[in-house]
Amino acid sequence: MPRNIHYLAAIGFTLGLGLQGASAQPDTLTLYSAQHPQVDAMLVAAFTKETGIKVRVHEGEGPDIASQIIQEGSASPADVFFTENSPELNLLDEKQLLAPVAPGTLSQIPAQYNAQDGDWLGVLARENVLAFNPDEINASALPPSLLDLAKPEWKGKVGIAPSDADFLPLVSAVIKQYGKPAALAWLQGLKENGAIYQDDEGVVAAVNRGSVATGIINNYYWYRLETELGADKTISRIHHFSDGDIGALINVSGAAILKSSRHQAEAQKFLAFLVSPSAQEMLGASNIDYEYPLRPGVSANKKLPPFKSLQPPVISVSQLGDDQEAGQLLQQAGLI
Amino acid sequence: MVLLPFCVTAVSAARGGISVAVDLLWRPLVGELLFNSLLLIVCTTLCCAVIGTTAAWLVERTDLPGKKFFAVLAVIPLAIPAFITSYAWLSLSPALETFWGALLVVTMSYYPLVYLPVAAALREMDPALEETARVLGNNVTAVFLRVVLPQLRPALLGGMLLVALNTLVEFGAFALLRFRTFTTAIYAAYRAGFSGAEPALLAMILIVLCLACLVGEHFARGKAQYGRLARGVRREAAKYELGGSAALAFIGFIVFAVVAVGVPLGTIGYWLTQPSDPATTVSPYSLSALAQATWASVRLASGGAALTLFLALPLAILATRYENWLTTLLERCAYLAQGAPGIVVALALISLTVHSVSPLYQSTFLLLVAYAIVFLPLALVSVRAALLQAQKQLEEAGRSLGLGRLSVLLRITLPLAAPGLGAALAMVFIATLTELTATLLLAPIGTQTLATQIWADTSTVAFAAAAPFAAVMAVLSMAASWLLARRFGTASVFAPKTSAGAV
Repeated sequence: MPRNIHYLAAIGFTLGLGLQGASAQPDTLTLYSAQHPQVDAMLVAAFTKETGIKVRVHEGEGPDIASQIIQEGSASPADVFFTENSPELNLLDEKQLLAPVAPGTLSQIPAQYNAQDGDWLGVLARENVLAFNPDEINASALPPSLLDLAKPEWKGKVGIAPSDADFLPLVSAVIKQYGKPAALAWLQGLKENGAIYQDDEGVVAAVNRGSVATGIINNYYWYRLETELGADKTISRIHHFSDGDIGALINVSGAAILKSSRHQAEAQKFLAFLVSPSAQEMLGASNIDYEYPLRPGVSANKKLPPFKSLQPPVISVSQLGDDQEAGQLLQQAGLI
Repeated sequence: MVLLPFCVTAVSAARGGISVAVDLLWRPLVGELLFNSLLLIVCTTLCCAVIGTTAAWLVERTDLPGKKFFAVLAVIPLAIPAFITSYAWLSLSPALETFWGALLVVTMSYYPLVYLPVAAALREMDPALEETARVLGNNVTAVFLRVVLPQLRPALLGGMLLVALNTLVEFGAFALLRFRTFTTAIYAAYRAGFSGAEPALLAMILIVLCLACLVGEHFARGKAQYGRLARGVRREAAKYELGGSAALAFIGFIVFAVVAVGVPLGTIGYWLTQPSDPATTVSPYSLSALAQATWASVRLASGGAALTLFLALPLAILATRYENWLTTLLERCAYLAQGAPGIVVALALISLTVHSVSPLYQSTFLLLVAYAIVFLPLALVSVRAALLQAQKQLEEAGRSLGLGRLSVLLRITLPLAAPGLGAALAMVFIATLTELTATLLLAPIGTQTLATQIWADTSTVAFAAAAPFAAVMAVLSMAASWLLARRFGTASVFAPKTSAGAV
């Protein structure tokens, strides 16, 4: 039965097929990124075009990648870590895992958005906001402060995503400003009041369809939803907290080079590229990211209110810390 | 190797110490998850039981018009991965991000697990008992409840427990619907703390629940034997005339088919025609991205299938040719893998390789190993059957004619069993192609498969962008299943999925 030999040949062939192409490429930069994949794809394509250096990307959530890098230690394949929230970079910095960023690159960005010790670089910024559905709640009834949302009258009217990486810095900021006990009480109030979603995308979509009246999100989720649905189907609106309220916290997206990287020079080039005029203008002009480019003189997407008009609380990126206490408090409050 | 994930998970769970474990497990979230998961499982299982049995009864035992067509339609959902069904429904309305949405999606994905064994049981049933009951004055309903249903019990219970097991380990469908169960919580815990004690602890609970289902299923099938003892030509089972309610049943079946098959496939078709927006599209739609993802999926699925078969073969040879307590134990252990969800296997392999076996970390081979562990039971069932069919006497004849053991294996046993091995290979290929969880966690950096692309796009609500990938995956999976069914009979495609636990 020679025909049946074909099956056996097929088995051998398929095994070979599965294993081919498994080897690592030596001249390729490895980027661990918690940015939105679309942003990465855009940046990487432009970087490779400009420098000829290839980049392979591992995507994930910021805290997840940060702990992954810690576990991988000196054997980590990562060269560059690009994330949406500064606390994850602070955490790696505390663990002495980051290499200093070239001073010439750091100086492109206002110093308050970089690590104090120069081990990571601020790239983009965005604002915490409250999305609301005008059909469910009057704009005049919206709270002046983020902390109000924990009050009993907000029961059932606020959507949150405590397991989203973007929620942690907000908790860190509340801890910083008001102390741990007050922050815990606030979280317990939110747990009582809140409709819980898996991530900010879930929150903003729920607000837009009217499942919940308001939702705590980062501003760009709303713009991304609007771009996907079109303006006519976007019923929800954005409420900006003002007067330095904690709810208007600015999150900084930043990048760092791993000490263990074997491609230090290429990695420095990538960071320099991230804050170069061409990359920053591309990010500002695109309908993809909706973050504020941090390079002075580069304007953000026209749909966003000017960066200068925002009224964030006065908390520096180093004061914001590494989110470790925030994670513990979220567990204590039963939110994660 | 199969026990490895269990051990690694147990060790990681224990590493934190008792007080940490108590703290982590004794928090409100775990109770909530347990409640969510159990409630969903109970509801899904009951819905599947009712729908599966009704459909099976209508197709097998009535004069429903067009029932041959319905018989095919009823099993199609098994060839569509649950996370694709989930994607399709979710893109219709985000309001399905609730318990009811989750219930709808898993019920529509898994009811064939009840339908198939129940339909088979209805076909095989001896008509004599029903006729006797009718003669004794029972109406159709009473006959069904008193005579048919009790006979269906093993098939029905077995199917229901398989539904429960599949619901327990399902990840993608729930994650997309943003419905929290144990699998999504393990994934979230992994994201928050990589491979710490917390995901391992949650995984332990999940494993215990899965093993409970497996054991339950084993007993449900093993205990009762309602087969006909008498030999001779079997008469065809009794058929009932639907009469006036035929139209009603027909319409009902059409509606049901639209919900179960029409919606997933129709939605994918609809999104294919929609432009995808670059703001939310992960990878801008391009033929090359599609081709690359398809190639990566096919490549990994082939490798996974081959490695699985490579491992299943010696195990099956030992179990069928050298049967003793040790080989039986080995075989049983392999079936235990059914109690280890993909997410648990993947996490265990990560924590194992990140520290100790680092060359394998993030390698393609590790992903293939994960596939092999998860799908070993699937392959084992049909490899075992194939070897049992290859007659031992022929091997003995070969031996007596002077062939060595290896020559007998290569020249007699394997060629005889080859069609069965081919079927096993194809089955694991399909299963691997549509696998999401392990692929998501273990795919080497830069490798995008159809599954990971659909996942990435759907998580950022870019439904139109996900459509081409979903379409390719659905078509590949259905085409492969159809080919397999044509070549080896319907049973070869679906029976192992529904009976592996019983062996």
